[in-house]
Amino acid sequence: MNITAITLAEAVGLLQNQEITSVELTEAVLDRITAVEPFIQAYLTLDRDGALRQAEQADRARQNGVAGPVCGIPLAVKDTFCTTSMPTTCGSKMLENFTAPYDATVVTRLKQAGAVLLGKLTMDEFAMGSTNENCAFKVPHNPWKLDCITGGSSGGSAAAVAADECFASLGSDTGGSIRQPASLCGVVGMKPTYGRVSRYGVVAFASSLDQVGPITKDVRDCAVLMNVISGHDPLDSTSMNEPVPDYTDTLADGLQGLTIGIPREYFRSELLDPDVERTVRQGVALLKEAGAEVIEVSLPHTEYCVAAFYLIAPAEASSNLARFDGVRYGYRDRDAESLLEMYTRSRSKGFGDEVKRRILIGTHALSAGYYDAYYRKASQVRTLIREDFSKIFARCDLIASPVTPTPAWKLGGKANDPLALYLSDILTISANLAGIPAMSVPCGFSSKGLPIGLQLQASHFNEAALLKAAFNLEQRAGVTGKKPVIV
Amino acid sequence: MKITKEEVLHVARLARLDLDDGEVDQMTVQLDAILTYVAKLDELDTADTAVTIHPHRRTNVFREDEVHPSLSRELALSGSAEHNGEAFVVPRIIG
Repeated sequence: MNITAITLAEAVGLLQNQEITSVELTEAVLDRITAVEPFIQAYLTLDRDGALRQAEQADRARQNGVAGPVCGIPLAVKDTFCTTSMPTTCGSKMLENFTAPYDATVVTRLKQAGAVLLGKLTMDEFAMGSTNENCAFKVPHNPWKLDCITGGSSGGSAAAVAADECFASLGSDTGGSIRQPASLCGVVGMKPTYGRVSRYGVVAFASSLDQVGPITKDVRDCAVLMNVISGHDPLDSTSMNEPVPDYTDTLADGLQGLTIGIPREYFRSELLDPDVERTVRQGVALLKEAGAEVIEVSLPHTEYCVAAFYLIAPAEASSNLARFDGVRYGYRDRDAESLLEMYTRSRSKGFGDEVKRRILIGTHALSAGYYDAYYRKASQVRTLIREDFSKIFARCDLIASPVTPTPAWKLGGKANDPLALYLSDILTISANLAGIPAMSVPCGFSSKGLPIGLQLQASHFNEAALLKAAFNLEQRAGVTGKKPVIV
Repeated sequence: MKITKEEVLHVARLARLDLDDGEVDQMTVQLDAILTYVAKLDELDTADTAVTIHPHRRTNVFREDEVHPSLSRELALSGSAEHNGEAFVVPRIIG
């Protein structure tokens, strides 16, 4: 078996037992990237020399007995995380030549834990998209079927992990951007509670919805990385000062005493592909087998979440992206003769179509005469969605459902219909509106051999319960170790 | 129609975006479809519902007023298209 196919936790074990060095591990991953990257197209920046230097340092640190929890492990991050050692493009021409003057807090934490940073992964421009086809530079391919989408916006982060081009990655999730590509690429992805992980140094899309999380080969790896990245950061005033448990401690506990709610609105048969419904229902049966009690519940405002989200997220985005004016960083049109002309030309040439579309919706929703009808109304509906979850979590510990209505579809399949794409986010965006943690864990395959994930959602700061249920499901679902054949 | 061509042009001006004629036509059609869909929210009576603008109910976040290391001027200027070593340079604003 190829060394790059093992999990992060297994690789840590080999390093600890001195059966391999970080340099050897890093070289193996770089060779793997050379072999499969022409087919996958996950990396926007690959820092071979830097990675080998970091691996040498990691080997020395381990020899000196100062190894962090992921010391010497080659990882990669979505290109939305600021890094001083390489560019941060956010998938946009606007930031094509931008190198950040500081590291994102999560990047600093990975480095402090000893990680080897291989490079930066492709994404939809400014994280706006559900297919990763909105990247200005590189559209990744699904490792399970190369003519299919990876999902998005963290498509590169999911594809690279699924193709063993890194041991794990970080993504960001504003409306499903970690969970949806994780589900479509057959890997584990978690969106933690809003405020669990620092957003400092993460290019902002919608500040009340964005959250950083891991994408990994299995549930244990997800817990290991959650331990590294979680916790309060004084540099992010929205990060919460809540205690962080060791997420690996409770993984293997059984599910006795745990109640899992099945929201009937998430299983409407006209919504779901039959393969998805069948596979997820089988997954739910496995959770029951592991000891959980399963009850049917209702989230009555589910059908309104897409509408609320696609007003709130663009409104926040239009405000956040106002900073790209050609002055302090990012693309500047040099022919402009006035300041206003410089703003307008720089933004018009720097942003792609989907970003412009969302800026226009958001600006409209916040503009005089429309604010009450659109932004305020959506923010009131957000309260109703949040209350739906509060009621359920008074009776249940977790909610189980599909992540996406369908498995991955063909590249280009929905490219010209923005609204159809938005509607495919229906099962993931409520968690962002409510700020609750949620994750995708692989539970089976479609009849065409495409991966299908099961989504678990929990109350605020209850990531440990998510991971425990996901681990139990993983043990029983029989999908671990199944790998796509790429070359 | 939930949005007209004139309104799209108005919003684009507010957002400092230039759209060519083809883009205006396409955006008008797509924005109209999206705004028609989101009008679904009007089915809900929210007259007595408070707004949620953030997942957690937090008030102000304070810290001690102490001096900490911060970004140097050199680094702060490093990403700009044009600077003079002290400040960002932009086209002349006052004639």
